[in-house]
Amino acid sequence: MIKEPIKVKELSAQERVNGFAEVVSGYSEQEALAESSRCLQCKNPACISGCPVNINIKKFIFQVTKQDYAGAYFTIRKTNNFPSICGRVCPAEYQCRKGCVLNKSKLAYCSPEAINIHFLERFVGDYGMRNNLEVEIERAGEPPESKVAVVGSGPAGLCCAGELVRKGIKAVVFEGLQSCGGVLRYGIPGFRLPRQVLDYEISCLIRSGVEFRTNTIVGKTIFLDDLFQQGFVKIFLGLGAGVPSFLGIKGENFCNVYSANEFLTRVNLMSAYKFPEYHTPVNIGKHVLVIGGGNTAMDAARCALRLQKTSGVKPDVKIIYRRTLAEMPARRLEIEHAQQEGIEFKFLTQPKEFRSDSGGFVQELACLDCELKEADESGRRKAVAKDGSDFNMPCDLAIIAVGLQANQVLTNVVPDLKTDKYKDIVINSQTMETSIKNVFAGGDIVGGEGTVIEAMGMAKKAALSILQNS
Amino acid sequence: MKILSKKIIADSFGIRIVKLTLSSFEISRKARAGQFVVVMVSEKGERVPLTIVDSDAQAGTIEIIFQEAGLTTKVLGSLGAGDNLYALVGPLGRATEIKEYGNVILIGGGVGIAEIYPVAKSLKQAGNHLTVIIGAKTKELLILENELKSLSDKIYVMTDDGSYGEKGFTTTILERLLTQDKYNLVYAVGPLPMMKRAAFVCQPFNIKTIVSLNALMVDATGMCGCCRVTVKGEIKFSCVDGPEFEADTIDWQELENRNRMYLDKEQHACKLNFQRE
Repeated sequence: MIKEPIKVKELSAQERVNGFAEVVSGYSEQEALAESSRCLQCKNPACISGCPVNINIKKFIFQVTKQDYAGAYFTIRKTNNFPSICGRVCPAEYQCRKGCVLNKSKLAYCSPEAINIHFLERFVGDYGMRNNLEVEIERAGEPPESKVAVVGSGPAGLCCAGELVRKGIKAVVFEGLQSCGGVLRYGIPGFRLPRQVLDYEISCLIRSGVEFRTNTIVGKTIFLDDLFQQGFVKIFLGLGAGVPSFLGIKGENFCNVYSANEFLTRVNLMSAYKFPEYHTPVNIGKHVLVIGGGNTAMDAARCALRLQKTSGVKPDVKIIYRRTLAEMPARRLEIEHAQQEGIEFKFLTQPKEFRSDSGGFVQELACLDCELKEADESGRRKAVAKDGSDFNMPCDLAIIAVGLQANQVLTNVVPDLKTDKYKDIVINSQTMETSIKNVFAGGDIVGGEGTVIEAMGMAKKAALSILQNS
Repeated sequence: MKILSKKIIADSFGIRIVKLTLSSFEISRKARAGQFVVVMVSEKGERVPLTIVDSDAQAGTIEIIFQEAGLTTKVLGSLGAGDNLYALVGPLGRATEIKEYGNVILIGGGVGIAEIYPVAKSLKQAGNHLTVIIGAKTKELLILENELKSLSDKIYVMTDDGSYGEKGFTTTILERLLTQDKYNLVYAVGPLPMMKRAAFVCQPFNIKTIVSLNALMVDATGMCGCCRVTVKGEIKFSCVDGPEFEADTIDWQELENRNRMYLDKEQHACKLNFQRE
């Protein structure tokens, strides 16, 4: 008899929309024990191969059942530097949990029966954080005086630096913004990933010897050649995909039409939700439309709703998506949370044109109905707009969350650095080395937008290769 | 990020223009004419773009000049030598294309005069013949006149009230010059209406006209799109594609609107957070 999955405790929807407090409270010890006891300890665990960094999931869950939480922590940390982060932001239902033998779903994401691996990972990660568990630094072959430059402090950069420093290599991380974390800081809101968790993970890296240089843009403040001249023997580029795509429709530059990146950066990085104590403003709409179906769209919509709530505006946030719920690429949990919080979903809808008032502020969005056609080569069903199905939606603030492209600040000034048609960096997939010797890359700047853990997987691979071929 | 020295270079009619010398070895080595830095005055501050007016790689310093307008520039103006900025990053944006154009007109209006100074310097070194037109509200608010005089082959000074130089707008002189002689480049920085007017004046003469835009920015590295402008019907980001663009291709109305997006909030924040001692 298979036991029922253990639900995780959450703040009620009414409570949480009044601020930016963390939504998911995480498992208690009892809950973690109960959930871990559901694991069948398969002979051939498919969960592990579903994880981009191949955490030994079977083993760590077994250790949890034995209440050996420290052991579980070190098992995870063997392959993943940031269990508290990944346990919160990984789309586990598309990855490890999908391989779980208890999964009954044939869809792209798993059914609720699959073991809640991510909640267990978070429980273990938070145990490590609470008890200040430290992973020992091993010495590798490379002499300790050699140092490696890591460009970008997002998931890939943090992970690469962590791997290197663990093997006794000096790593210096260069970050363009005033604080570290990349998308974990400017993109993912605090109600999904509390700042203390991110700060803790970064402080661990600092304790283990990683150096961070903020306000330094490689390609502007300092060039790759400068880094080599300064004695860095190798360079890892974790530049990310941070350039927002737009829809290419009329009126996209009207006032109060934001890219999700701008909206989230204002709210998360610059703390605009605490305006005017914090000086960066953000506008709060009465009728907010968020265009897109990914995690960024969910994050933006939920931030917008919280801003409305906390400033006494009647909540009205709608998500506009061309396909339907099943095709939405966002994490299922975020979609659920967004729905609970009162965000409306308008499916099968394609934006056609923004219209403005006389002052240039957006006023409405003209839309078209869509229908789903057969799946294309990518396996995704195509949404096609229906002629003559025009209708208008009131909209005084719009957020466009339809994808991100490669950051080009560095690649634009280094012509030798080979990029593909998407401006992503081309690498040797065995070594993660770029077209420039001793320069490696990983994360979203390689292969485009992916998940936090996928970026970490690439960064780990690059770190290994940096350690090996020296 | 340390402020090494401060000088109030104009203070009249309630307008203050301040010059700060900042220490930044790295930025001073890379800065070129036309580029800017982003400044944060405190952990709670905004990220605000300011043009690099001068840089000294030997001394490891850069200079910025700004008019106290919003909260950030007011706080910045209240700091002094020895104070530290919370963040200073740069140099950002594309540098001005410096080459031998031939006859060049540079127009600076108000605090925009500070922005044409580094460009004038570089263009002069590249062997160009410089005609400089600078303008301000009134005599006391005219900045960098001597510095620009020493670089220019001909200089015209305009004031709105006629208290110094000729009374009127810089673009009036521009029009007169373009009718009289042949020029190869016009470079204009100043308030939006001035740049817009310059674009309008230059159009019939079919002369390459460059302006440096003052769009609002957040990260200023191409990641947010706050500073987007429509140029030749396409979306461009001022921070990474600009800040300079050819004047006749810009959607001015849109830029004007977008720059007003937070007007009420800015005034509110300024009232709440800033009192001059």
